[in-house]
Order: sequence, then C-alpha cells, then structure tokens
Amino acid sequence: MPHALRKLVFLTCWAVKRCFAGDAPLYLISPARKKHITGKIVLLILAQQRIFAVEKFDSTLVPSIFAPESVPAHSISHLAGFVLAITGIIFVVVGGLLAYAVVRFRRRTGDDGTEPAQIYGSGPVEAAWTIVPILIVVVLALTTARVVHEIQDARQPSGALEVQVIGHQWWWEYRYPKLGIVTANELHVPVSQGDTHRPTFLDLRSADVVHSFWVPRLAGKTDLIPNKINSMWIEPERTGLFLGQCAKYCGTQHAKMLLRVSVDTPEDFDRWVKAEEQNAEKDPTVAAGRLVFEQTACINCHAIKGTVANGRFGPDLTHLMSRDTLASGVLSNSPENLRAWIKSPEQFKPGVLMPAMNLKDADLDQLVSYLTTLK
Amino acid sequence: MNGTANTSELSGAMPSRSILASDKNVLDHIHAWLVTVDHKKLGLMYLIYGLFFFVVAGIEAALIRIQLAVPNNHFLTPQVFNQLFTMHGTTMVFLVGMPLIFGFGNYLVPLMIGARDLAFPRLNAFGFWLSAFGGLLLYFSFIGGEGMAGAGSAPDVGWFAYAPLTAKAFSKGHSTDYWILGILVGGFGSVATAANLIATILSLRCRGMTLTKMPLLVWLNLIMCGMVLVTITPLTAAQIMLLLDRFVGSHFFDTQAGGSATLWMHFFWIFGHPEVYILVIPAFAIASEVIPVFSRKAIFGYPAMVGATIAIAFVSMTVWAHHMFTIGMTSTGNTFFVISTMTVSVPTGIKIFNWLGTMWGGKIRFETPMLFSIAFVFHLLFMGLTGIMLSAAPFNWQLNASYFVVAHFHYVLVGAIVFMIFAGVYYWFPKATGRLLNPRLGKWHFWLFLIGFHMTFDTMHIPGVLGMPRRIYTYEAGRGWGILNLICTLGAAVQAVAVLIFVWNILISLRKGQRAGADPWDAWTLEWSTSSPPPEYNFAEIPTVKSRRPLWDIKHPTDPDWKYE
Amino acid sequence: MNAAIATDSLQPDGAWTPSKGVVGMTCLIIAESAIFTIFVVAYLFYLGKSLNGPTPQQVLELPILNSICLLSSSVTITLAVRSLRNGDTKRFSVWWLITIALGAYFLFGTGREWQHLIYDKGLTIQTNLFGTTFYSLVGLHASHVVVGLVALLIVMGFAIGGFVKQEHAERAHVLSLYWHFVDVVWIVVFTVVYIIGR
Repeated sequence: MPHALRKLVFLTCWAVKRCFAGDAPLYLISPARKKHITGKIVLLILAQQRIFAVEKFDSTLVPSIFAPESVPAHSISHLAGFVLAITGIIFVVVGGLLAYAVVRFRRRTGDDGTEPAQIYGSGPVEAAWTIVPILIVVVLALTTARVVHEIQDARQPSGALEVQVIGHQWWWEYRYPKLGIVTANELHVPVSQGDTHRPTFLDLRSADVVHSFWVPRLAGKTDLIPNKINSMWIEPERTGLFLGQCAKYCGTQHAKMLLRVSVDTPEDFDRWVKAEEQNAEKDPTVAAGRLVFEQTACINCHAIKGTVANGRFGPDLTHLMSRDTLASGVLSNSPENLRAWIKSPEQFKPGVLMPAMNLKDADLDQLVSYLTTLK
Repeated sequence: MNGTANTSELSGAMPSRSILASDKNVLDHIHAWLVTVDHKKLGLMYLIYGLFFFVVAGIEAALIRIQLAVPNNHFLTPQVFNQLFTMHGTTMVFLVGMPLIFGFGNYLVPLMIGARDLAFPRLNAFGFWLSAFGGLLLYFSFIGGEGMAGAGSAPDVGWFAYAPLTAKAFSKGHSTDYWILGILVGGFGSVATAANLIATILSLRCRGMTLTKMPLLVWLNLIMCGMVLVTITPLTAAQIMLLLDRFVGSHFFDTQAGGSATLWMHFFWIFGHPEVYILVIPAFAIASEVIPVFSRKAIFGYPAMVGATIAIAFVSMTVWAHHMFTIGMTSTGNTFFVISTMTVSVPTGIKIFNWLGTMWGGKIRFETPMLFSIAFVFHLLFMGLTGIMLSAAPFNWQLNASYFVVAHFHYVLVGAIVFMIFAGVYYWFPKATGRLLNPRLGKWHFWLFLIGFHMTFDTMHIPGVLGMPRRIYTYEAGRGWGILNLICTLGAAVQAVAVLIFVWNILISLRKGQRAGADPWDAWTLEWSTSSPPPEYNFAEIPTVKSRRPLWDIKHPTDPDWKYE
Repeated sequence: MNAAIATDSLQPDGAWTPSKGVVGMTCLIIAESAIFTIFVVAYLFYLGKSLNGPTPQQVLELPILNSICLLSSSVTITLAVRSLRNGDTKRFSVWWLITIALGAYFLFGTGREWQHLIYDKGLTIQTNLFGTTFYSLVGLHASHVVVGLVALLIVMGFAIGGFVKQEHAERAHVLSLYWHFVDVVWIVVFTVVYIIGR
C-alpha cells in the first residue's frame, strides 16, 4: 500500500505540474502525446483503486470511462481531460482565494469592535471576473462542439458492421441484418487493429420503455427510445470482454439488464458468425426435451431457428449455450443455473416477465438436457 | 453580539413574548395555528413541514444507502428500492425544498420590506394547505393503492417519471396516479404562494424602499417566484396530459399510438431544470444576508448580484435539454444546449466572486450561520465545476445517468441548499422564537454534517466515473464499486447523526435557549428592528428607509449607507 | 394597511407601486399562459403525426359565430367596467349580463361542435393524436371559460342584490383582466387549431 500511495502522490504532483506548465492547450497536442497524458490520468485513477482494493476484482473489467479502448471513447476521454484541467485550475485558484480570505480576514481576538471599511463594489474587478469566465466558456464550448460533431456526425464507412439493438424489459436483443443473425444479451463485434478499420454501427430501438446502452470503455451511452431510432458507433481497438449495463431506469429489473460485449479477432468473429448462422442443433437423444419445449408455452415467447418456435417476446435461444451468462448477466450459464432459472425465474430476477412454467421435475430435466445442446 | 443602538425605536415594538405563551390551552393553540393567515405562522408551518419531510426522506435515503453498501445486497427487494428512490427524490424536491423556500420567503419578506403581511393572507393559507395536503396524498400511496406487479403501493417510476414507463401498460395500479396528483395539487399551492409574494414585493414595500433598496433576499425571492410561475406550470400541463393518458385513453405519451416519449422528457425538463434554480436561488438569498453580517461589510456588488440572478433566471430556461444529451438529438441541438448551459456558469460565478468580495477585507465571525455559509460557497464552486464537466456533451454521454450526476446534484441540493437552510435556521431562529440555538451544538452539527457530506458525496463521483449507473437496486461485485459505496453509506450515517443533533438543538433551545433581543447578530435589515418574536402586526409603525441597510444608518448616523449608494 | 384590494398607492416620495390585485391577476395569467403554451406545443408537435383516424382537414369547421361571441364579450366587459367606474351600476349590470350571455353561447357552441365531432365524425380523445391534442387544448380553454363564467355569475348575483358599488370598479377591472386573458387564449387556439392546423 505505501508504494501505491507514493505513486499516487507522484502522479498527482505530475498532473498539477502539467496543468501549470503553460504548454499548448490539450487540443493542439499531438495524438501520441494525448495518449501519453491520458494514460497517466488512467494510472492515477487505477492507483487510487489499488489503495482501496479490499475486494478482489479484475481491474481490466472495471468499466472506467478513463480506460477507453475504442475511438469515440478515446475522443471523449481526451475532451474530459481538457475540461478537467481547466476546471481544476479554476478550483485551485478560486478555492484558494476563498480559503485565504477566510483565514486572513477573520476577526482577531482583542479586536476593537469597529467596523471595517465598507466597500460596495468595484467596476474594474467586476468586469474582469465577468470577462474571463466568458472567455473560458468560449474556449470550452468550441472544443466541445468539435468533439460532438466528430462523434455524432461520423459517416459510416462501407466495411462497417451493422447491428440492430432492441431494448426489452429487461434484456437486449441483437440483430445483424446483413448476416441474418438474431441473438440476445451478449454482443460480438470485430476488433479494429493496425490498418483494418471495422467499426460497428448500432441502430438502437426499444420494444417497450426507454433504455440506454452504456459500455463505458467503448463509447458514451445512447438511449433506446420507443418510436425512435437512435444510432451510435464503436471502433474497439483491443480484443477482450467489455462490461456495461442499461443506464436509464426501465422498471423493476433495470439493475439486472447487464451488457457484455466481446471484441473478437477477425478470425474469431467470423467463426462466431458462422456458428450463429446455423440452425439449432438437432440432437435426437434429447428429442423428448425438444418436445417439452415445443408443447409448453415456451414457443410463445422464444425462438429457436430451425424449429417451430419463433416467438419474439423473449430472447432467441438458438445458440443459448454459446453465451457466458443467463438472463442478461444475472446467472452464469450452466445446466444447474439454467434449471433453477426455468423453475423459478422470479427467484433470481424478481418482477421478471418470464413466468414460472410449473413443469414436472422429469419434464424440466428433459427440457434442460435439450437446451444444453443448443451450442 | 447584541445590537449597540436602540434599533427598536424604529418600530416601537412591544416587549417580546415567547411563542409558547401559556395563557391559552392546547386546543386553542392548535386552533390558532390551523386557521391562521399570519405570514409568520404560515412561514413556520412551511418550515416545520419541510423539516419533517426532510427527516422522512432522509430515512428513505438511509435505507437506500444500506442496500447499496455492499454488492448483491438483499436488504431491500427491488420493488421496495425502486419505490424508495422515487419517493426520496420526489419528497426532497416537492415536500422539502419547495416548502422550505416558501417558508423562509413567507416569514421574512414582509418583515424585510416593512409590511404587515403578504398581499393576500387568506390565499397564503390556502397555498400552504394545498401544498400540505398534496404531500399527504403522495404519502398515502404507501398504504393506499396497488403498485407495479403487485409490488407495493408507493410510486416507483423515478422522480422524473419518464414515459412510457408511466403509461397504464407499464405502471399498473394507481401508484403513478398518486405521484401525479400529489404533486399537481402541491403545484397549485406553489403558484398561488409565488403570485402572493410577487404582489407583496411589488405593492407593499414601505416608504423609501424602491426596488433598488430592497434587501437581496427580497430581490431573489421576487426572481424565484417569477420563475415559479412559468416553471411549475409546464409540469402541471404535462401531468394533466399524463392523467388524461392514464384515465381517458388519450395518447400524449403513448408510443404505441405514435405518441412521443421524448415529448415528456422535454416538458419535464423545461420544468425540471429551472426548478433546481428555484430551489437554489433562496439559498443564494440567505447567503447574501448572512455573509455580509458576519463579515461586517455590505454585500459587494449589489447591482451585479441582482443582474446576475436575473440572468440566471432567464438563461436557466434555455438549458433544459442538457438532461437529454443522450436521447439522440442532432449535433446542432446538442451544441446549442452545450453553449446555453456553459453560459449560465458566468452569472453563477459572478455571485461566488461577489461573496468572496464581501468577505475580503472584512472581520469574519465564525458563528454557526457563517460556518454553513462558507462551506456553501466552496460547495457551490465545486458543483459549478462538475456542472461544467456535465455540460460538455460528449463527456455527458459517459457521465449522464451515472453516480457522477447523483453526486453533482446532491452537491447542489445538500451542499448548497441544505447547508443554507441550516444557516438560515440558525440565523433567524432567534428572531422567530426569541431564543438563540445553542452554538456548541451548532458547531457539532456543522462539523459532523460537513464530514459526512464530503465522505458521501465526494466519494460518490468515482463510481460514476467507473461506470455505475443510477437507480440500480444492486450492483455486481468485481467492478470496483463496492468499497466506494460503503464509504458513501458510512458518510450518510455521519450526516444522520448531525441532523439528529440539529433536531435536538431546536427542541432544547425552544425551552431553554439563551434569550435573544431584537438584534442578536448586530445586523442591518428591517426584521431586526422589531422584537423577537415579532408581534402579530410586525411593526407598530411602518418604517421609512433611505438605504439598503436601514439599521446601519441608525447605528452609524455619521456614515450612513445612503451617502454611498 | 391598505384595506382596498386593488388601489394603486402613491408613496409620499413619489414612488409608484402597482395595485396588488392587478399584480396578482397578472401572475395568474402568466402562469396559465405557460400551461396553455405547453398544450399548444403538444398540438403543433403532433400535427400530421396521427397514425390513423380523421384529420383536421376532414372534420373541422371554422367556429366563426362562437369566436365572434367570445371576442365581443371582451368589449362588453370593458364597457361594463367603464360604466361602473363612472358610477352607473345599472349600465354595468346590463353589459355584465350581456358578457355572461355571450360567454355562455360560446360554451353552448363548443358543446354542439363536440357533439358533432364525436357522434357524426367519430373523433374522440382516444381516436388518435389529433383527437387527443384537440380535445385537451380546446377543452382546457373551455374549462377556463367555465371558471370565468362562474366568477362573472357570482358578481352578477351581487349586482342584482344591489351590493356592487362604484368603489368596486377596480375589483371588476381585475376580474375583467382574466376574461380578456381567456379571449386572447382563444385567438391563439383558433389560429393554431383551425387555421394553421387544417
């Protein structure tokens, strides 16, 4: 811990020195330099996490907005650094003056009780502290407007991947229209590394109420609003798993509408697409289970490609076993959890719209053994 | 600490009596308060009502913080949690914030302008009882109607009740209707009181008190009430629309029939943003009275203070969609709201500088009201800067709906407004009751509350930056949020203790507090010229004033203010 | 303390303050204007966005007679107040009564229009976005006419009983401000619904 503390102090001093260094404004600094500075800020944040690290966690999964791994997230992070620098300076200067005033102008013991000189105002001083803030606002507004335009008005390149995201209470539906894939809750996208640029452009819609798609390390959040189509884009620059969750209150289980985005190498992504395009496995040994599925109300809500089930109210289950989690991140995906979930969804996600199916144990076992074949 | 000159010569006031005079029995007392139209009694009733619900909403917050102290907690069910954060927010804004600011305005404005009461005393009482019953209606929901999915009965749609979550399809039962009706009724009360205060300020000022000679508290109340007229009413309109949707099947926010969810957002935030300025401007008003007195200097830059507040009032009406940067407006739309929001920081900054200028060169006395005021200025500075961060739209796309925003607005609502409510209570309690609040308990209250406040709300910025959204009843372990939330919860506990000390201070000071004369702080505005507590008619003779600080003129006859104004 | 509700006061040092009655009523008018503005914005926002059902062009007819009646009632109420200022309580009663009659006809005409729309054209508040915004906006205005009429009728009652005197002219003036507000709102509603919207 002392080492982390020392590092924190060093980084804080370094950051303060940078602020007063009189260098060119951040937006005039080269991208490489920006990356360097941003990295330092990230280290600062992560260093304080280390100090407070009493819980075990994988720090690479922490969805920090200052650990961007995607082009729009980087733009935001740079702007944030610039704004933080300016507001930091203002805080130190004005706060310092306030602290000084409170100490310097306190009534001393043994004061004679006379009133100090009454000063009602000062034209030049008041003009100065009006004009300087206006100038700061102009600089900030221009910088911000540039980044807004850069992110929001980015044109979709021809090779971009298109995904439709449809928000439901309380799960995520993903459709890849050009690839003919429908899946749920776990998004796979290709990485953009080196010279290959393969951003993913997402169309956001909602089937019911307002939701919000937020994976901090990949992009800022954008809302999913019924009757409206919003769009956003990500361009991940590193493979791996990125976490997020719904960020607009959407009802009882808003907290459990988790997001998992898997950024794959081009090869892994193509392999995943191929697997998703297939119809569901037709394993004859679990035909009994499939019958349970098709004859119970399951098919009213769920779809399994290549069978009679094509309900759209609930998640597509064609490749259920390819996912890490169940119920949009609530449970890890295992046969035991799957069984427990189907038996009583209310227990894990109170208020969930999937009812308990009240199956007999034997039927439930067969159903689970069928579902676990859906890779 | 006592006024050196005989300022009560200004009003010829009668000797003070305790407000707990015992020449009547209890029922008579209660009856007197129930039927009163006296602005002082109504002001105190607003304040008691607001402080009561402050404790209630504080308990709701404590329960929320306990649930969030550790990841995957099971202290509260999700349904109850969702009701609690809805009720906490709704209560704090409508049943605490609004009553407290109207309480101060009601009590102080007539006294400060040399009037005997508000322009329409019976309307004043009507406004109070409307607000009070609106609040009771809202709380009746806990035991009244049905909730979403049979989960309970209080509203659980969040204090801004986004459509279409509030539609009958997604909010079954009547919990949402209680939210609508409780606030609708209260809103009528607010508009009535605002109109009343405006009429009072414009029509009932004493001789010599032109608009440029009013105390800043009066000016700022005038501006705030003007805002209320055009701010609460959009919410009223939107709520009527929502009621029509829910009861007669109209389609204002019915997305299935082509209605628009974003229209509700626009209407709500056209109310919601100016509303927070309505809540904070009275805090500015109290600061503008307390800081000069305890710095022993006139307020620095009175005309700029007025002008800046008017600017804030107008600009704040143009910034509302900074709550909606993520809904998919065009880049042009987003940029407009970036600019307007950043613009509002300029007049706010001017006010901070003016308070700094007031303290500069003064002889600062660290009585309890001043302690809260100094902390207020620091907090206002800090929250203004996090506000600038939030106004940078791309930065907002990350921070919106996260705990960073929760931290930011609690910095305003608690760090600025609650701190100044405390300051105002400590400052004017002697005027209203004839007794001082205990200063030692006051300092314990201040320091504990300050420490608890910073423990909770400084820390709370960090989970937001680390990706924690708001309004979640629990969160995953392994994202780095656990220890931070625990610190926030512990800070809440410290604040709770501080508030208990405050309540205790009020209760014992009412009985045994040191007696205060008419002018215990050696202040300069008209309310200190009458007895503590004031007689029902306020002033035996309506005073005439020549400057902004009439009592300064009396205490310093060779160096009066009107020579310099 | 000023007992009269609404006299302007002239302070000895020459500063003028407005009458509190006028200020109060102006505040009410400002607040109500904000409510109406929101309903007008909703109406304009949803123009042309109905998914189905009758459109404004198909079902709306200009309510000319209604509008003439309501707008002339502003003239008559002004005449009533002027009569009262001059002390002529009889003329006041006559003009006041005519104002009430014109306002009542407006309500009757609106009711007839709505009956036609609902039963003959099949347009209700539930039908589509046009129905929603039309009935709510016009209905909000009509409800304000109702409230105004109730107030006017109460004053009429006092007048018949002989209680209304010249010194009450200022109070009648304040009430007439509300009535003028209702008329101005009708001009806006008429323009938005029957002219722009069709």
